[in-house]
Amino acid sequence: MELYNLPIHSLEKMLTEGDISSVELTAAVFDRIDQVEGKISAYITLDRENAQLAAKRADEKIAAGEGGGLCGIPLSIKDAICTKGLKTTGGSKILEPFVPPYDATVIAKLKEQGAVILGKVSMDEFAMGSSNENCAFGIPKNPWNLEHICGGSSGGSAASVAASECIASLGSDTGGSVRQPASHCSVVGLKPTYGRVSRFGLLAFASSLDQIGPLSKDVRDSAIMLNAIGGYDPKDSTSINKEMPDYTAALTDGLQGMKIGIPKEYFTDALDPEVRAAVDNGIKLLQGAGGEVVDLSLPHTEYGVAAYYIIAPAEASSNLARYDGVKYGFREKESESLAEMYSKTRSQGFGDEVKRRIIIGTYALSSGYYDAYYKKASQVRTLIVEDYQKAFSQCDILVSPVTPGPAWKLGEKIADPLSMYLSDVLTISTNLAGLPGISVPCGFSSKGLPIGFQIQASHFEEEKLFKAAYNLEQQLDLQPKYPTL
Amino acid sequence: MEFEIVIGLEVHAQLKTNTKIFCGCTTSFGAAPNSHTCPVCLGMPGVLPVLNKQVVDYSIRMALATNCEINRTNQFARKNYFYPDLPKGYQVSQFDLPIAEHGWVKIEVEDESKKIGLTRIHMEEDAGKLVHDEREPKSYVDLNRTAVPLIEIVSEPDLRSPEEAVAYLKKIHSILRYLDICDGNMQEGSFRCDANISLRPHGQKELGTRTELKNMNSFRNVQRALEYEIRRQRDLLLEGEEVVQATLLWDPDRNVTSSMRSKEEAHDYRYFPDPDLVPIVIDEEWIETARASLPELPGQRKQRFMEELGLPAYDAEVLTAAKELADYFEAALLGYDNAKKLSNWIMTELMREFKGGGPEDIAACKVSPANLAALLTMVQKGTISGKIAKTVFSDMMESGKEAEAIVKEKNLSQMSDEGDLVRIVQEIMADNPEQVEQFRDGKTKVMGFFVGQLMKKTKGQANPQMANELFQKELTK
Repeated sequence: MELYNLPIHSLEKMLTEGDISSVELTAAVFDRIDQVEGKISAYITLDRENAQLAAKRADEKIAAGEGGGLCGIPLSIKDAICTKGLKTTGGSKILEPFVPPYDATVIAKLKEQGAVILGKVSMDEFAMGSSNENCAFGIPKNPWNLEHICGGSSGGSAASVAASECIASLGSDTGGSVRQPASHCSVVGLKPTYGRVSRFGLLAFASSLDQIGPLSKDVRDSAIMLNAIGGYDPKDSTSINKEMPDYTAALTDGLQGMKIGIPKEYFTDALDPEVRAAVDNGIKLLQGAGGEVVDLSLPHTEYGVAAYYIIAPAEASSNLARYDGVKYGFREKESESLAEMYSKTRSQGFGDEVKRRIIIGTYALSSGYYDAYYKKASQVRTLIVEDYQKAFSQCDILVSPVTPGPAWKLGEKIADPLSMYLSDVLTISTNLAGLPGISVPCGFSSKGLPIGFQIQASHFEEEKLFKAAYNLEQQLDLQPKYPTL
Repeated sequence: MEFEIVIGLEVHAQLKTNTKIFCGCTTSFGAAPNSHTCPVCLGMPGVLPVLNKQVVDYSIRMALATNCEINRTNQFARKNYFYPDLPKGYQVSQFDLPIAEHGWVKIEVEDESKKIGLTRIHMEEDAGKLVHDEREPKSYVDLNRTAVPLIEIVSEPDLRSPEEAVAYLKKIHSILRYLDICDGNMQEGSFRCDANISLRPHGQKELGTRTELKNMNSFRNVQRALEYEIRRQRDLLLEGEEVVQATLLWDPDRNVTSSMRSKEEAHDYRYFPDPDLVPIVIDEEWIETARASLPELPGQRKQRFMEELGLPAYDAEVLTAAKELADYFEAALLGYDNAKKLSNWIMTELMREFKGGGPEDIAACKVSPANLAALLTMVQKGTISGKIAKTVFSDMMESGKEAEAIVKEKNLSQMSDEGDLVRIVQEIMADNPEQVEQFRDGKTKVMGFFVGQLMKKTKGQANPQMANELFQKELTK
């Protein structure tokens, strides 16, 4: 077995027992990157020099008996997460060149534990997109089929994990941006409860929806990653001061007594039959492990996309106002006046999808329209939260597909933003309600494209997600584990 | 046609917290450009605000001092607009859920007391500053002031004259300074005022079209700008023209207002709740702790000066307007018990001679309250005359010396000992028998000669009234 194909929990053992060094492991992953990156285009920036230094330091830590966890493990980071001294683009030309003078809280935590940061991976510009085609610096390909999208917006994270160009990755999920690419690339993607992981240092797209989450080769790695990045952060007023359990402790066999909710609104005729079959199979396996199925309803699900595409752009229109050419990043230099500088900088610096959402959001917040759009959408959001509250009074977890169908072909939906937005229907409500959700691989289509299984739970019940996902993963023992590249 | 003047004021007061509203940067004034900044107040990508609780605490104090209702749950909102001094492209402020609403303060104009309503008080962050290069077409951005905490205090349109507007403004200024939450410096911009003003025919209910006045950086400028704008609007209305709703800038050098933007150019700020900041929940305990920490406020102190010290309302108002002056007055009262005489002296001699600025700077005065009390006690005891006291006081203001030291040094104390003076009077009469004869013959004018001789002998220290009486007595014996 190649080192780069191994999960964190195997490598952690090998590192602490001295079978391998982090320097060797890091070199092996860089070799892999050199070998396949030409096909995948997952990375925007590679940081070989600092990664090697970090690996050396990690080896010293391990030698001193301070290893374990993520110490010495090579990771990729979505380019929306600020890394001190390392270019952070958000997938946008407007931030080129921006080098943050600070680390995001999650990065500081990873560094503290001795993780090795390989570089920054591709994403849809400012996390806006579902295919990772909205990136100013190249489009990553799906490692399972290079003609297909890898999903988005954390496409580079999912592709880099699936192609073994890293051991695990950090992405961010605003409406499914971790779970959907994870599903398309057959990796595990976790969107934690809003407030579980600090947002400090994450380029804001929609502040009330954004949450950083890990993408990993398996469920245990996902739990290890959440252990590493979760917890209260005084620098983020929306992070919640709640005790952090050891999430790996939840990974036990058997689901006796667990009630599995099947929301009927998630199983419509719009589902691809192969996706439906794979998910149904997954549900049977969970039942086989002792879970008890409960049919229920989340009646306002159908309004989720509409509400999301008001709230997220509204917040984005304000969050992205700081990219104005005055302080950092790109500035159009030929302008004659301040207004012209603003206009040209933002026209040239932002891509089409970002501009589209800024315009939608600006409109939705405008005087005379606020009540009809933003306020109404906020009310829908409350109804969706209430739907979930009712549902979780009857069950422990909710299960469903992650996406209506497998990864589409590159370019297929790029001219049709509405159909792209609608593909987010199964993941969006999780963010509107601030819940945790996980995507775990559950099969392949006849064309060999991955299919994901989504589990949602109530606030701060990630342990239930991990437990159910782990049981599914163990029973499925899905093959093949890696794409042929 | 007679018009009624309708004025409402918006006051922006910078709070005296040590650090900014959402980060740990210092709020101190006058440092090198951009040296008091960090990624948070610079609006760098991915940073998040963390509320400085002291800002809420100070706002609660102001709300209590102005009889406001405090919103137990209130919220920050984003006010969106582009300008280079606004690094995030939005200002964090409060919109539909401000911290406090529905308050009032009392003002006094021409001996009449009037209640002025406060619409709301809300918390927000200040913007930075642009510095324009005069030689080149370049502008520089200084973000030191960015995110310094402000409260905005909005009055109801209850003010009916520039005098009332200034009285209200001074009252708000005074309360902020009593609470010690704002330094009140209008020149440096830590206390700023915008005015909304309109005219309507007497008896009309609907308000006329208003204009908003900005850039009035002193009480005097507020008065002058309002007077100017009233004249301008009245002239327009009398000629049958319309007032155009607009934002106007006061030009204090030319004494005119000029248009900054019209209604059509007004911003749509697209307010919405700031998702990075959770709602602020204020419980009773927080309010009661703040209430317990409130000092005596100017209105209460004025009342006490009137009731306990028997001062007239005018004196009490003047003395309590600035906390420092009232403190000075009360400190002096510890060594001198005639409140009215002390008040007179402070309002006239002290304020005239004090060149250090306004009454709030009185702490810098070289004459300490104890020294002033000592001086006035000497007058009361007859040790020096009132006239000499003024000379001594001038000297004290200049040198900072104690009254007694100056009186002693310059030998200024009055001779009031009757026995001593009688002896000298008798000596003078013995030395000048001719003049004594003249007086006794009815030439009373020579009295001047006698008093002059006495003053000469006593080097001016004789109590002149006593001298007169003694000569009268001795010469008519």
